[in-house]
Amino acid sequence: MKFAILVFPGSNCDHDAYHAIKHVLGEDAWFIWHKDTDLRNPDCVILPGGFSYGDYLRCGAMASFSPAMDSVQAFAEQGGLVMGICNGFQVLTETGMLPGALLRNKSLHFICKDVMLKPENTALPFTNKLEKTTPVRIPIAHAEGNYFCDEETLNTLETENCVVFRYCDENGNVTEDANPNGSLNNIAGITNKRGNVMGMMPHPERAVELNVVGNQDGVGVFQSLVHYWQENH
Amino acid sequence: MKVRVVVRLKKGVLDPQGKAIEKTAANQGYEQFGKFRLGKIIEFHTDLTDHEAVLKQAEELADKFLANTVIENFEVELEED
Repeated sequence: MKFAILVFPGSNCDHDAYHAIKHVLGEDAWFIWHKDTDLRNPDCVILPGGFSYGDYLRCGAMASFSPAMDSVQAFAEQGGLVMGICNGFQVLTETGMLPGALLRNKSLHFICKDVMLKPENTALPFTNKLEKTTPVRIPIAHAEGNYFCDEETLNTLETENCVVFRYCDENGNVTEDANPNGSLNNIAGITNKRGNVMGMMPHPERAVELNVVGNQDGVGVFQSLVHYWQENH
Repeated sequence: MKVRVVVRLKKGVLDPQGKAIEKTAANQGYEQFGKFRLGKIIEFHTDLTDHEAVLKQAEELADKFLANTVIENFEVELEED
């Protein structure tokens, strides 16, 4: 399976994504500089974490206007898979490819820790190897991860099964205490109606090696993508 | 002429920075002030002279880029040099 990882000025999780895909999963991956419009025919595009454009103006605002993002939008319109992680999620909301916005964390703090996520929709290309009854431990590292949208949008997300992950406790209970940043309904990740574009604030690519970081709960997201591709290409 | 775009958070959007500012101001003895909301001012310049055209173009830019209209409102003001 072929993954194109976009690199904006200030992206810093591109290499973690590359390592997870290429070295841990053994799939193919390459980098696409934000000014390039040729994605080189991938099966999935990754928008990685980091601080594109220094988070100037708004997180992901300027990256969303990159020439490469025009190509990513066209790719998604044709059904291509797109996964935005952290800053990548912010870019997706800025382009409108996903609804809502990521606000400053309620506590105002930059939060860097492991959280538990409850997979809400496991029928997606991104989550078919996960189980709703098995929460996963994934690290977050963000200051603007507070998911917000208006009431109508929230209603649509909930009723159309577009919430992918929610912050929960060790036992999978979705509680206020388990919410690190104030996100509405503890939303940690969402998908578009079509189910081919997903954004999540936590970093699954930082939890793919048990013997290196002591956690491989994130590998399921990547395995899901590979499984989906194997079944569908 | 100068263009000034004021960007504010929409009502109902949580502003934790505003709350933090309010708390610190109160600690300084300014409890009479409340409901702080933090916004942005973006100023730029143009050599164009048609007010109507500049206003329209600046509003377009503000709507498309300077403000995130999911969570922010904006106002455009023009000022002669």
